[in-house]
Amino acid sequence: MDNVKGLFVILIGSSLVNNVVLSQFLGLCPFLGVSKKIKTAAGMGTAVIFVITLASGVAGVIYEFVLKRFGLEYLQTIVFILVIAALVQFVEMFLRKCMHSLYEALGVYLPLITTNCAVLGVALTNVQKQYGVLTGMLNGFATAVGFTISIVILAGLREKMEYNDIPKSFRGMPSVLLAAGLMAIAFCGFSGLL
Amino acid sequence: MSELRADRPAERLYNGLIKENPTFVLMLGMCPTLAVTTSAVNGLGMGLTTTVVLMMSNLLISMLRKVIPNRVRIPAFIVIIATFVTVVQLLLEAYLPVLNRSLGMYIPLIVVNCIILGRAESYAYSHGMIASFFDGLGMGLGFSVALTCIGVVRELLGAGKLFGYAVLPATFTPISIFGLAPGAFFVLAGLTALQNALRDRKATDKNKAARPAAGCVRDCAACGIEGCQAHGKFYDMEDK
Repeated sequence: MDNVKGLFVILIGSSLVNNVVLSQFLGLCPFLGVSKKIKTAAGMGTAVIFVITLASGVAGVIYEFVLKRFGLEYLQTIVFILVIAALVQFVEMFLRKCMHSLYEALGVYLPLITTNCAVLGVALTNVQKQYGVLTGMLNGFATAVGFTISIVILAGLREKMEYNDIPKSFRGMPSVLLAAGLMAIAFCGFSGLL
Repeated sequence: MSELRADRPAERLYNGLIKENPTFVLMLGMCPTLAVTTSAVNGLGMGLTTTVVLMMSNLLISMLRKVIPNRVRIPAFIVIIATFVTVVQLLLEAYLPVLNRSLGMYIPLIVVNCIILGRAESYAYSHGMIASFFDGLGMGLGFSVALTCIGVVRELLGAGKLFGYAVLPATFTPISIFGLAPGAFFVLAGLTALQNALRDRKATDKNKAARPAAGCVRDCAACGIEGCQAHGKFYDMEDK
């Protein structure tokens, strides 16, 4: 029972309380870049959930059974980034061959994810907090869900903001950053949850 | 700055610091920009760490640019960058443990900073060693200056301090939200808007200079007004 409670805490904590974008500032590039329309934002979010869950599993296995066994922990940054880059390539190839409809939906976003620092960030957090492989995967999934929630909300805000009369120098990026800041204040409210 | 010759060290430094400032002009590397700028010292530390990695990786990639095959260049760049990041991280852990603790996870995340991979791809892979080294130095310093600016604003408003020393009088109540996550977004939004406003003003100044003098009949061939700045602009009445 305690175990289940712990997993639930990770799930809520990583997706809402320590939201990956709004409180840890990881994955800002896609957050600001691919959030013009709700549809593309949702596509990006789905691709991120898919890749982060897989990547944190694979990185966890390699850390646990290769790096730790041979005392090579200091190589983690190099190994993780290579594993993530290779994994994204494989996922793209696999989807193109075997699940074409999913590939069409996610295809454009997959190459962009390699440079999404949230993926590497989750792998490193899992090591830092000494999560096992399965707990790490759950943490990755929760983090990615948090990313999707915030990018979809921001896209919704930006769609509405299109019609507003914004002072000239605040048009474009500054108004988006302000909206993100207000969202971050709202997400601070979750910190009382745990 | 046309007197600076292209690809010379001085021109590269000017380019990185002002003309193509990675943060304010190119808007690259946003994650560390917002995450570690809670104080000016942290911003400066992150900027200088990135500068070292950027210089070394640019230098090595430029040295190896004839050896690395075109098709596997991106993985090769990533391995080189990750190696230098690991070296820098171990050095910080040994000699500057305080900075290492406050920057935390964001040091290994320098690997995915798009500035570094971007410079490798767009400059170091096609230019000589010295030019690439100074390109890395210029870009890195531009990044450091930007991070320090954001850090100064956030530290001043959020804690009333500057580089750790209290500078504002005790009657000033710190606006603690600027030290928290939302403040980072607000400060960056304000600075970008300020930059937009300055650029717009510059652009309208240029337009003003070309405005015709009073009494213009919009036909320069028939006009005798002295000192009209728009002279030669209007030659037929249709050009309104």
